[in-house]
Amino acid sequence: MITRREMLVGIGAAAAATAALSMLDTQPQATRYAVHTGKTHGANYFPNVLLTNQDGEQVEFYNDLIKNKFVVINMMYAQCSEGVCPITTYNMRQVQTALGERVGRDIHMYSITLLPDFDTPRVLKKYALDNKVGPGWQFLTGKSADIEIIRKKLGFYDLDPKVDADITQHAGVVRIGHDAYDKWMMAPALGSHKTILQKIHHADRPLIHA
Amino acid sequence: MLDHEENSSDAAGAPVAEESRRNLFKLAMAGGATSLIKPKHTAAAVAEEPLPAAPVYPPSPPVLAWQESIPEYVYKAKLPISALNPPPQEVANVAMGECGRNPIQRWADFYNETNNNFDLYELRLKEQLHTFNPAYPAQNIWGYDGMYPGPTFKARYGRAAIVRLFNDLPQNHVGFGSPETSMHLHNLHTPSESDGFPGDFWSAVKAGPTLASAGAYKDHCYPNVYAGYDQSRISDPTAIGDPREALGTLWYHDHTLGATNANVSKGMAGFYLLYDDIDSGNENDFNNPKALRLPSGDYDVPLMFQDMRFDANGMQFIDQFGPEGVLGDMVVVNGKIKPYFKVARRRYRLRILNGGPTRFYEFYLVHKGAVKPFIHISNDGNLFEWPLMNQTKLALGMAERGDIVVDFSAFPIGSEVFLVNRAVQDDTRKIKEIKSPGDQVLKFIVDRNPTEPDNSRVLTANTFMRALPPIDLTEVAARRTFAFGRKGGLWVVNDKIFEVNTIDASPKRGTAEIWTLTTGGGWAHPIHMHFEEGRILKRNGLPPPAHERGRKDVYVLHLGETVEIFMRFRDFNGKYVMHCHNLPHEDHEMMVRWDIVD
Repeated sequence: MITRREMLVGIGAAAAATAALSMLDTQPQATRYAVHTGKTHGANYFPNVLLTNQDGEQVEFYNDLIKNKFVVINMMYAQCSEGVCPITTYNMRQVQTALGERVGRDIHMYSITLLPDFDTPRVLKKYALDNKVGPGWQFLTGKSADIEIIRKKLGFYDLDPKVDADITQHAGVVRIGHDAYDKWMMAPALGSHKTILQKIHHADRPLIHA
Repeated sequence: MLDHEENSSDAAGAPVAEESRRNLFKLAMAGGATSLIKPKHTAAAVAEEPLPAAPVYPPSPPVLAWQESIPEYVYKAKLPISALNPPPQEVANVAMGECGRNPIQRWADFYNETNNNFDLYELRLKEQLHTFNPAYPAQNIWGYDGMYPGPTFKARYGRAAIVRLFNDLPQNHVGFGSPETSMHLHNLHTPSESDGFPGDFWSAVKAGPTLASAGAYKDHCYPNVYAGYDQSRISDPTAIGDPREALGTLWYHDHTLGATNANVSKGMAGFYLLYDDIDSGNENDFNNPKALRLPSGDYDVPLMFQDMRFDANGMQFIDQFGPEGVLGDMVVVNGKIKPYFKVARRRYRLRILNGGPTRFYEFYLVHKGAVKPFIHISNDGNLFEWPLMNQTKLALGMAERGDIVVDFSAFPIGSEVFLVNRAVQDDTRKIKEIKSPGDQVLKFIVDRNPTEPDNSRVLTANTFMRALPPIDLTEVAARRTFAFGRKGGLWVVNDKIFEVNTIDASPKRGTAEIWTLTTGGGWAHPIHMHFEEGRILKRNGLPPPAHERGRKDVYVLHLGETVEIFMRFRDFNGKYVMHCHNLPHEDHEMMVRWDIVD
């Protein structure tokens, strides 16, 4: 088990404190757990924070990654070698192969780091290359506070604070959904990649050819 | 300093902690305590506040109590029809639009046009406007025949029900709910292909991972035979199983893999009542010496309780992201919040179902502040050998049923008698405490004397109802243990993730097994076994309480509990499941596939 606390040791106390304070004071209301209004989750729910992908491009989480898109999202970190992230990434890689040209066109795959202070775009780029990740699958990092909000919004959390602090607990689930349909499902990531594919097919809205 | 990072980042998702921080600032400003507004101290003060473990939803808006009656149709029978076009058949009629289900086992036994031993039904899943309470706006539900609850089936042993279900749900739906279905009849002795296996979901454009093809409809064969069918027919080719295995109060609901919580919360549930010559459904059945003559007709009333949550606009919602769902703070009774039911001064059979998704109940009957007794006659729809007299509480986990007989002649006309839930929960995990006075969820108004005599039997402790089949441990061919827990953001059984094509147990048809179900300290799990009723041998090493000594299909595991059950696997092969009936747990995916094999 590696906790965020342990990983932060490497960052330096001053940096951590700065991050903490800036977060407390700048947290906009829209990024908290949303009150449901009977409408779709959409922009009311998902934060539009800035993230950076493995190519160094800045993207807005809601506007660029979620809005009107069918998405497959997991969380990982590059140094994770405890039989969690490597398996998830391998399964996602098989999912990408199975989905073929749809990835990046009408199905978007995202892997968001759980350790943004370590996983710079450069680290993620290497990770993607090592895992022979194809186009249409973005690896994303950002401010740790923003990543935390995204993590909770996507449901990658545990009610027990001790379990929640163990980041390996959040790397075994894939969130699948479509913003426009406001339909959100999950798939276990550590079993067979076929289970993930089954869920994607279930969440997908079939194209009906005349 | 590191603590600041930890707590502040958690506070990002924690409105209560944030609120208290703001209050702290206000306090600091008002009192001029300058040291308090130093950020360091602020963060430390936040750290002292217990953080909410999950998103904090505001309570559902207030409702108007006791304005509407429970709907009458729930205690009237859905009528069969004279013919289905095209006629039902053993093999899926894919050419005419049926989904690609497996062939129905023993079809010729149950669909025999010479004997005319079946009833045909047509059922349609539809979106329809529904009003939960006059204070809330009408909103779309998904109901069988467009109704929530669905229509009530009244079936009889020895007469199969062939139910053709059409899926007319909107495929362009936006919001929670997945417009596919796999209908499970809980807990009929149903062959696998009609059981509503989770992976067998379908719509006109979609087929689940264990179904061959999509379709506009699916035929279900409910044989309405007792377990022990094969063995009974060795000596008598017209027999229909062991009558000691009779079921009485059943319910049908959606079981779509990964979407059961959403779909059942949208309204996809209804009752299926099953009668035979003992529980004959006729209180005037004097010509039948076996008849129990329990209250019948309009006095035999199913009541479905489901916890739901509504937003500030009075629209129902579920938490589609959280791993533990959202606890419903409104108890919906047969589709209505805080309804009334006008009763005559006579005996009633109330069939009480906890239809989930996440709340446990402990019900009491209360008149003028005093708890009133009732007679408890069945658990999970199965009659006890003898009635449990003078009971005051009925505890039900999700999917458990309890039939009770209440004598309203004990109350003068004009009396108001409340069904009250005293189980307090503040999360979806477990009962926090049992506390009076509790939440009044249904009001009975005693408003008339009966116009005809109440001929239902006066039950006593000596009224023998139905024999229990013996437990023969020499039949036990295997023992298995299933530990229900949580790991890696998922609900797991024996630390394993459910995969719909992986078979975790393969009991041999005609054998019995002992299954030990156990859980740790975090959550209560009501575990449901499909297909055949079991018997609790031991609960935490001891004999079970009186109301759990009959046949059951839901085994509630409270925190740290272990239940040992005796299961038999008879008559029909194929794939079935055991799963937690806390619906967010079920969807995330606390489930085991087991197959009956030759």
